Parts: sequence; C-alpha cells; structure tokens
Amino acid sequence: MLVFIFRRLLVAFSVAITVSVVSFMLLHLSGDLAISIAGPESTAEQVEQIRIDFGLDKPMVYQYFDWLWGAVQLDFGRSYYFQDTVMSLISERLPVTLTLGALALGLATVIAIPLGVIAAIKQDTWIDRLALTIAVIGQAMPSFWFALTLIVIFAVNLQWLPAGGNESWQHFVLPAIALGYYAMPAMMRLTRTGMLEVLNSDYIRTARSKGLNESTVIFKHALRNAVIPVVALAAVELGFMLGGSVVIESVFSLKGLGQLAWDAITRNDYPVVQAVVLIIAVFYILLTFLADVINAMLDPRLRVR
Amino acid sequence: MSDATSTVSTVSNANTFLPVVPEWRRTLNRFLGHRGLLMGSIILGLIVVLAILAPWLVPHDPYLQNISQRMIPPVWHEKGSWEHVFGTDKLGRDYLSRLLYGARISLTIGLSAALISGLIGTTLGVLAGYFGGRVDAVISYIITTRLAMPVVLVALAMSALVGGSLQMVIILLGLLLWDRFAVVARSTTQQLRDAEFIASAKVLGASTTYILVRELLPNILSALIVVMTLEMAHAILLEATLSFLGLGVQPPMPSWGLMISEGKAYMFFKPWVIAIPGIALMVLVLAINLVGDGLRDMNAPEGRN
Repeated sequence: MLVFIFRRLLVAFSVAITVSVVSFMLLHLSGDLAISIAGPESTAEQVEQIRIDFGLDKPMVYQYFDWLWGAVQLDFGRSYYFQDTVMSLISERLPVTLTLGALALGLATVIAIPLGVIAAIKQDTWIDRLALTIAVIGQAMPSFWFALTLIVIFAVNLQWLPAGGNESWQHFVLPAIALGYYAMPAMMRLTRTGMLEVLNSDYIRTARSKGLNESTVIFKHALRNAVIPVVALAAVELGFMLGGSVVIESVFSLKGLGQLAWDAITRNDYPVVQAVVLIIAVFYILLTFLADVINAMLDPRLRVR
Repeated sequence: MSDATSTVSTVSNANTFLPVVPEWRRTLNRFLGHRGLLMGSIILGLIVVLAILAPWLVPHDPYLQNISQRMIPPVWHEKGSWEHVFGTDKLGRDYLSRLLYGARISLTIGLSAALISGLIGTTLGVLAGYFGGRVDAVISYIITTRLAMPVVLVALAMSALVGGSLQMVIILLGLLLWDRFAVVARSTTQQLRDAEFIASAKVLGASTTYILVRELLPNILSALIVVMTLEMAHAILLEATLSFLGLGVQPPMPSWGLMISEGKAYMFFKPWVIAIPGIALMVLVLAINLVGDGLRDMNAPEGRN
C-alpha cells in the first residue's frame, strides 16, 4: 500500500510540474504579453519599459524557472493590476471558493445518492423515469443560464435570497445550487447503475434469503458497495467545480478564486491567471490522488497497477 | 466482425427455419424501439434542417437593427405580434431570425470542435492502446496532464490573449476536448489488440498503418461516435459559456450564449430575452445527448443504464 501511495504521489507531483510548464507556455506563446499589458494606445518605448519592468525581456526558460522557484515557496510574484502580491489575493479569495465548492458538492451528494438509490430500487417505474429526466435535463442546461434563471426566480420575483455578493450564508445558497446541479446528474447515474449491479449480485440474494429486512439489505449491504465509485467521482467533480466556479462566481459576483481569475483575465494580469490555473490544477490532482487512494484502500485489487 | 455475426445468424436461421430478417431491418427496429434515440434524432434533425435552411426561412435579416422596434415581446405576450414571433432585442433585431442563425453557429462549432478533438484524441488513444508499453505510458501521462488543466479557465485565458472569434473558439475547443476520445480509443484498442483478425492481418504482411486505419479503426468507430456526440454537446455548452463571458464569438454574431449575455441587463423585467436562447441551447444539447445515449444503448443493449 505504501509503495502504491508513493508511486501515485510521484506521478501527481510530476503532473503538477507539467501543468505549470504547459500553462506558462500557453500564456507566453499565444501573444506578446508586454503589448497586451501596455494596451492598444501605447508607444513602442512604453512597451519596452513594461517588458523590462516585468522581466519579460529575459529568456523564457529563465522566466519559467524564476517563476517556479517562487511558486514552490508559495510566492507567485506581484499582481500587475491589483496593488498586492498574488499570494495574498489568493489566500483572501480561496476560502470563498472552497466553501462554495463544498456546499455545492454536499448538495449534489445529498440529492444524487438518495435519488439514485430510489431509481434503482424502483427500476422502470415513473420514479426512475423522473430521476433520469432530471439528470438528462441537468446535463443539457448551461450552468450560467441556470444561474441567471435562479436569480430571476428566487432573488427578483420571490425575493427570498440575495442575487449577488458574499456577505452572509444566504449569498451562497443560489450559487451552490447552480454549481451543484451541474455535478448531480453524473453522480446520480453512477449511484443508480452501481445499485442495480449490486442488487443483482449473489451476496444480496444471500442476505435476503437469510431473512434480513429490506432496508438492512439496501443500506447496510448494497449501498455500501455501490457508493465506492461515487466517492471517487465526487472527488473528481469537486475538482471540476473549482474550475467551473469562474462562471458561477462571475454571475453571482461572489468574490472567490473564480471571480479573481475572471478579473485577472480581462485585465491581462498574467501572474494571477497563472497562479490560479496552477492552484486549481493542484487541487484537482490532489483530489484524484485521494480518490485513487480511497479506492485502493476499499478494493485491494486496484493496488497492483 | 459483421461478417462473422451474419454467418452465425444465417446458420442458426437455417436450422430453426425462422424467416431471415436482414441486418439493417433489425437495426432499424431497434432504432425505432428506442424512444430516447428516436426523439433525440427527430429534434436534432429538425434543428439541423432549420439551421441549413435559415437564410430562406428567416422572416427578417438577423443583423438588421431597427431602433423604433426595440424589445418587442414575443407573440404569446399580450403586446406581442406575429410580425416578430419571438420579439426583438435591445437593437430591434428580430429574435427568431437571430435564433435560427445562432443554431448554425452552435452546430458548426460543436461539429468542427468535436472533429478536431476526435482526430487528436483517437490518434493518441489508438497509438497508446495498440503499442502499449512506453508509448502507452507517455500518452497516458499526457492525458492525465490534460485532465488536470481546468478547461473553462484555460479556454478563457487563451481566448483573451488570441482574441475571440468563431475560428479561434473552434481551434481552442478542439485542442482542449480530446481527453475522452483518447481514453475511449485507448481502452477499446486494448481490447482488440490481440484479436484474431488483427493477428491474421499481421500474418498477411499488412503494414501497421493499414492495420490501425483499415482493420482497427472501423471496429472502434461506434464507440467513438458516442464520444463524438458527448463532446459536441460539451463544445456547444462551452462556446455558449465563452460567448456569454464576452470571450468567445463576438458581436454582432447571433451566438446563443452572446444573446443571453446581451439580454442579461433586461432579464428582470423581460425574462424572455434570456429564456428563449437558453431553452434553445438546452433543447439542442438535450437532443444530442439523447442521440448519444441511444447510440450507446444500441452498441451494447445489455449494458443499459
């Protein structure tokens, strides 16, 4: 097990480094940063000055290692736009996004797992159809549009909840619904298929023939096994949600990491963009690593590879 | 593959004296028997026809502004008229005409992005699955790295740098969405790598290129087509998101995401301005997903979920 964890950790670490190289290259190769920062009305001298000020005149490899050396010490340099270091901007915003992500994931799990279980128990009835319909519609709905619709209904017409900002817990309700609904369908479908598979297995038949009551069979025997892949999926979905928070946070003007990234992108604030991309990628890598370890702990067969 | 199955079925038919049902009739019956697939195909077909015939169908020029006819409500509204069935936008442009032209944008982007990503992903996946060993290790690593990069964020940052346009969005999404193609192509190729028809092609002295393109590819095509529908839907939603945030297709083009973005300021009092393009997006993505799910069921009727 330790060997397995060590090997996975090594892969996770090198993937993080590769992502940092790729994101650095993408941003530096897709245009001249100095010209983007200076803006369309600047003179050649101003562009040259910015190039020197921001260290963009040095060779790319040098720039990268300089940046990476800072990054491993959690120093991502200074923001071009905000009068602050990138790290303090991020540590100020990260809790908001993590709260949003955790709430959204919690909401998605609380809805998806029971719905998946019920759909599997009542396979091919109207409840099953309804659950599948909800999932199919959820997968087809653009998240930003769903977010706007929630604002129109619950913030403007019913006036139950605020439309934007992050002053109180009420401000997190609509964003969490918008973000969570996006992750829910996949988790529900996986719970349903997992349950269907498990319910038809031999050990469930044994449990039933022992005369155990149905709820013990379903909750103590079946669900426990069916839920293993859902846990792994939930970890991956949380990673996706952190990436998707850009859209939801900008719609609800929630001052989190996503909104910071969005502000930075529109203002050519590349140190911030690079840092946010790397941090979200590292979270995703950590989460998939954890999912791998959890899966391997629950299912020893997975440790071989 | 198909030769083998048809031989088997003729033999069993000859033995039991059942009437011979041609292969295509059975496929057609299964197609018609699958409600989701049938419904999805009809809706998708309808949208495709409307999009192709848009120049002859639209009642007005989708780009023609008319300041005296601004924000006319749709026909079901008490102040609506048949002159503008879905009303007009803030510049007095006919909403129905823009919606029909918007379908062209969504379909073009979805199809082209899925084709580009399909080409990249299939190439990588087939090579990894067929050669295994070190090639597989390198390509799997590339896939893992790609999965760790937050798609929405990277797409936003890149299009901010290179400037949003229809072609840029297609190329960007094509370069970002190949991961699922690669994963599926890799695993299906692994399953077929040691199949007898591959071995016999090798014995006959066929080149590796021939084996991969002419022997292997046709046999994994049905799985890839399912991925293609998923990625088309994914690309359409991402384009809408990018355009909604102002970094995708640029005005005055009638992208549905852009229409929602332009209507955002009016959504509190005139909710149809975001409802109409949003529902259009949802119906299109829903239809594509239904087709994809249906095709997957047709490929593996026993693995329905």
